Amino acid sequence: MAEDLTGSITERDEFIVTKGKNKKQLKCDTDSSAGCVSQRACVYCGARVVLNPITDAIHLVHGPIGCATYTWDIRGSLSSGAELYRNSFSTDLKEQDIIFGGAKKLSAAIDGLVEKYQAKLVFVYSTCIVGVIGDDLEAICSAASRRHNIEVIPVESSGFIGNKSAGYRAAGDALLRLIKPSESAVIEKNNSINYLGDFNLAGEAWIIHNYLRQMGVELNVTFTGDSHYTALKSAPKAKLNIIQCAGSMIYLAGKMEELYQIPYIQISFLGIEDTAASLRNIAAALGEESMIVKAEELIAKETARVDSIIKGYRAKLEGKKAAIFVGGGFKAISLIKQFREIGIDVVMIGTQTGRKEEYEIMNELVDDGTVILDDANPAELERFMMEKGANLLVGGVKERPLAYKLGIAFIDHNHDRKHPLSGFEGAVNFAEEVYSTVCSPVWKSLNALGMESGVANHG
Amino acid sequence: MAEKNKENIFFRNVNENPCNMCMPMGGILALKGIEQSMVIVHGSQGCSTYMRRHIAEHFNEPVDVGSSSLNEKGTIYGGEKNLRQALDNIRKVYHPALIGIVTTCLAETIGEDIERITGQYLIDNEMEEFPIVTASTPGYGGSHFEGYFFTLKRILMQLTEAAEKNNKINIIIPNISPADIREIKRMLALMQIEYVLYPDFSDTLDRPFAKPYTKMSNGGTKITEIRSMGGAAATIQMGITIEDGISPGKYLEEEFGVPLYNIAIPMGVESTDAFINTLVEITGKKVPESIKQERGRLLDGMIDSHKYNFQGRSVIFGEPEMVYGVTKICAENGVFPAVVATGSQIGKFNQLVTAAVAECPEESKILIETDFSHILAASKEGKVNIAIGPSDGRYLTEKGDIPLVRLGFPIHDRVGGQRLLSVGYTGTMMLLDRITNTLLENKYKSYRSSMYEEFYQQG
Ligand code: SF4
Repeated sequence: MAEDLTGSITERDEFIVTKGKNKKQLKCDTDSSAGCVSQRACVYCGARVVLNPITDAIHLVHGPIGCATYTWDIRGSLSSGAELYRNSFSTDLKEQDIIFGGAKKLSAAIDGLVEKYQAKLVFVYSTCIVGVIGDDLEAICSAASRRHNIEVIPVESSGFIGNKSAGYRAAGDALLRLIKPSESAVIEKNNSINYLGDFNLAGEAWIIHNYLRQMGVELNVTFTGDSHYTALKSAPKAKLNIIQCAGSMIYLAGKMEELYQIPYIQISFLGIEDTAASLRNIAAALGEESMIVKAEELIAKETARVDSIIKGYRAKLEGKKAAIFVGGGFKAISLIKQFREIGIDVVMIGTQTGRKEEYEIMNELVDDGTVILDDANPAELERFMMEKGANLLVGGVKERPLAYKLGIAFIDHNHDRKHPLSGFEGAVNFAEEVYSTVCSPVWKSLNALGMESGVANHG
Repeated sequence: MAEKNKENIFFRNVNENPCNMCMPMGGILALKGIEQSMVIVHGSQGCSTYMRRHIAEHFNEPVDVGSSSLNEKGTIYGGEKNLRQALDNIRKVYHPALIGIVTTCLAETIGEDIERITGQYLIDNEMEEFPIVTASTPGYGGSHFEGYFFTLKRILMQLTEAAEKNNKINIIIPNISPADIREIKRMLALMQIEYVLYPDFSDTLDRPFAKPYTKMSNGGTKITEIRSMGGAAATIQMGITIEDGISPGKYLEEEFGVPLYNIAIPMGVESTDAFINTLVEITGKKVPESIKQERGRLLDGMIDSHKYNFQGRSVIFGEPEMVYGVTKICAENGVFPAVVATGSQIGKFNQLVTAAVAECPEESKILIETDFSHILAASKEGKVNIAIGPSDGRYLTEKGDIPLVRLGFPIHDRVGGQRLLSVGYTGTMMLLDRITNTLLENKYKSYRSSMYEEFYQQG
């Protein structure tokens, strides 16, 4: 092969479009290209982040130590009860186990943990090599389940079987097993709803619970923020499912509709506009007049409370340009609207695991000239942020230092943030965070010694 | 006592909250200290993403690391295609001067022959001179600590040639902070010593803000220098705990006859003296007045705080080399090292630590290849009142109410891990102050209530 050092990776072309410029379809939902420095994680990670917030479960990683270390207490998910989920348990496979198999070790690990922590629920995650050395997770788990008379659920999350989305699916399958009623049980429906795709980061699910309570909506269980074994078991009883994080939950919602006749609607509690619309949609879907009235009251009260605060920030932020690179598509869509609320236009938007339908919506929402890209890498993020003159980036931990090194402001939308971004409270936090970074005096210092600052420069 | 303990832990089936990371992580860190180098992690996407996130969080720097993104096909039919593609893409985007390839659990389990693959790649691309360094670092083979030194050794094995004798001293740097590395350079400059520092991530992982941003950062050990390390006058390796099999210094001695001085990280009076004395011994140079002054100031400070320190009972954990260094400081200052622990499995560690704590009034508990649940249990038993080590030790604060002095890698819940200075006479003083002040803070915080509880109503 001749050496081509032009700096562009041609196989990535199909994953990038500019609105208005090219008509081609954006490619998404495939494996990352080798050597592209993808910002994505793996199947195991996808599964782990979805299931981890279940507070009273033992989360046991069957594999070598690294996978467990890097995901120990990985999310800022809060609990109102058990704290068991905040541990990282691993079978810590060693060379010998790779050669002779890790089955025995896994059985013994489950026995030891169940005895020590008296748990009712164990998730066993498979990592890359477990798929290769062929430990029969299913058999080991069901034997352990019988031995202890509790639920021991294998999560088929070998790292190489797909991308992070496959992990969401694996988590969905594990959850379906968990909520499945026994043969004899009759499901008695009630009027409650399940809330899917909120992981209670910094108490976000609690904020939404409070809204629903004020509207007279009964919440059955949240998947999976601050949830626990008993509550999850009751999931089939609900009348309606609402989904926040679609990427991780749409599969589960579809299955629950099929198996338990629970319809679902997609909602979003990011930003005032989406929060208000979602509360209305929930009330409408449940169809009770009193809820509709209470929803309007709540919206009016909360909007009045936060409106002037947001307007104050808007005045300072008007005209700035944002770049977005987050995990899921639905979050990205909400962010476009949320930025609009504070007077900011989105000039670049991308996700790790967005789906085709979501990219279509994004394409509709953004202005001409906005770059839309799937599974981006640092080189692309840098290039488009510079080209488009972005003043700030929304992203996770890995993207933050890049933004800062470019002299650009940054908003955390990562797993372990410590402030809620949901609902009206979250909208205020968001605006405040944008203000705190875009308008920080720090950028002024960059002008000393003749350095230009990204922010001051485009501002 | 330590032996018995070791036995228990060798046969444990589950690791409860890991105190170590996996081998390729160490490989990445080592390679980040080489000029204009890029790393490819050969395995599924997740491994590299996790490690990047960990490193980025600690250093607050962009950490671009490629992955061969092995998928199902690559796992079944071999990952050669992916690895070649990764090499192509990394070269296109980054134009590195050296590429390091570290393997993962997955690549090792499916038996990838990376040396053959890369050899063929270089021939096919007519670039036989280009340095590609391969290191086999299965995550189940050891911890990140071994991965670090082993990768350094692999780089030497593939780059270093028989060179003409020169006056330089090879200084082999363990995983200390960029600030520490800079301090060592400062001391060497004061002594007017010529050296090759290997690796040197003091700039690459702690680079100054500058415009324009470049994908690769400046700094790092020069490749030409690495090639000529075989001609050095001597090697000083700060790796007293490591085994010969992974010792870069040992390799240089055996292969090129470079005399090896294996010393501890210069932390504390004795270890820093050893460093300075070794330099004197090798070069015949005099110790400059300013260094003597620094030493005097450290002694002065040690006297100031010695009585406070006597109330300290510490648990020290993390990478063996760092733990040994801190143990020396504690022992020298009367902070009793009640528990000395590492997640790595290093044979020499036990013996070295035992010698370091020989004069302590009580016997220390030494834990090897351990996890945080064992460390917590031992700490409670040992009535520990201060913890010293990386961020994950916050578990000890949360569960055991033991205040934590953050040190080592990774520090992901505070800023400034890269700026912590703890080596040399000056760094030792700074670390010691952090330790003493944490003890004092805790004492002042609670002495009113604890005295009340203990004595009120009794007399
Ligand atoms: S332990 Fe193995 S599979 Fe897990 S992150 Fe490390 S190299 Fe990857």
